[in-house]
Amino acid sequence: MCLAIPAKVLSIEQMSAVVDMGGVRREVSLMLTPETAVGDYVLLHCGYAIQRLDEDEALETLRIMQDSGLLEESR
Amino acid sequence: MKYVTEFRSSDLAKGLLERIHATSRRRIRLMEFCGGHTVTVFRYGIRKVLPDSIEMVSGPGCPVCVTANSDLDRAIALARLPRVTIATFGDMFKVPGSRGSLQEAHAEGADVRMVYSPLDALRISRENRDRMVIFLGIGFETTAPTVAASVLQAEQEGLENYFVLSMHKICPPALRALADSGEVRLNGLICPGHVSAITGSQAWVPFAKDYGLPCVVSGFEPLDVLQTVWMLVKQIEEGRSEAEIAYRRGVTFEGNTHARRVMAEVFETCEADWRGFGKIPGSGLKLSARFERFDAQEVFDVDPGPAVESVGCQCGAVLRGVVSPPECPLFRKMCTPEDPVGPCMVSSEGSCSTWYQFGGDLES
Ligand code: SF4
Repeated sequence: MCLAIPAKVLSIEQMSAVVDMGGVRREVSLMLTPETAVGDYVLLHCGYAIQRLDEDEALETLRIMQDSGLLEESR
Repeated sequence: MKYVTEFRSSDLAKGLLERIHATSRRRIRLMEFCGGHTVTVFRYGIRKVLPDSIEMVSGPGCPVCVTANSDLDRAIALARLPRVTIATFGDMFKVPGSRGSLQEAHAEGADVRMVYSPLDALRISRENRDRMVIFLGIGFETTAPTVAASVLQAEQEGLENYFVLSMHKICPPALRALADSGEVRLNGLICPGHVSAITGSQAWVPFAKDYGLPCVVSGFEPLDVLQTVWMLVKQIEEGRSEAEIAYRRGVTFEGNTHARRVMAEVFETCEADWRGFGKIPGSGLKLSARFERFDAQEVFDVDPGPAVESVGCQCGAVLRGVVSPPECPLFRKMCTPEDPVGPCMVSSEGSCSTWYQFGGDLES
């Protein structure tokens, strides 16, 4: 129920946005994330964007995971 | 960056697993608070690849499952009123209350419609002005802001036939009840990712500090859960107890303050009845006085009758993490997703349904 899916914001008109969810387009509300900009990825829950996704943090997380693997291999 | 496939890489999973195996010494028990995490753990076979020293238990983080029969009965009684349309998330449809389910009420002529969003319920209200549309507000901090936003929108539009039966709950008081009971010994908590997107990781700081319970907020892809387990193992082995975030792309310390403002504008906290826990003060959300006219509880007078629990169902104990689904004598025998006895077998993130679906009865 607390499922939220990443979606890319394609266009914004007032408080609603058209997003792309893995090829499917949907209209969603930005009432909970008014600072969203076109091109952002958002977490979509029940027709609302509930948070913007942070690409730098995502890349950093993947880098940390990668390092953890490499550390093991070089041991 | 697609934010999905990247977090399913088996190479990275291997690295994380090696790290977990190399670091884990103590025998520990970790709880997935959120039913969504239980699904990830089972779908990707994570239990099987973790060291034997790590035991995983599921917690109360399934909103449909923790909804008490008294609340379900009220929803079903409302559905039976003339000129009423119930709009609900699909997960609620088959959940048995004390005397039947919404599905049965529907079969007997009640107008019950499954929706994906409160926005759909608003649309139904607009298109059916002669009917009173009641949205069943189920869900934690993740969902409550969306329902709050729908109420604000209804107010703005002057929609007079939109109502909410709020059965919303917030997570920290339930976790506190769980920790205070001392019924299950926990060494670490996998904190709910999308609840935390709203509350921020700050919500878990008191548990790390006051209860000495290491907390890590996790996303829902397999790598997220593995990274979370690794971070918890590190905290435990190093003797630390902090509220950390593994799910940094979606969760901050602060959370979504704007969404919390919307939620606080529409709702105020109240006592709520949790399956498995009973009444917990300050753990529920009801519409505040300004929005009373949208509050189905205030507007409609129904007598749902006394709440009765299904005989033999162990959902309460399952939700507290003290019984695992296969330990319930009804599991797979009397109780299946097609013919569920308790809500934990109905909800797509209920523990019993997850164990059933992914063959979890083969493990213990
Ligand atoms: S298996 Fe069925 S009866 Fe047993 S606890 Fe789960 S939902 Fe309840």
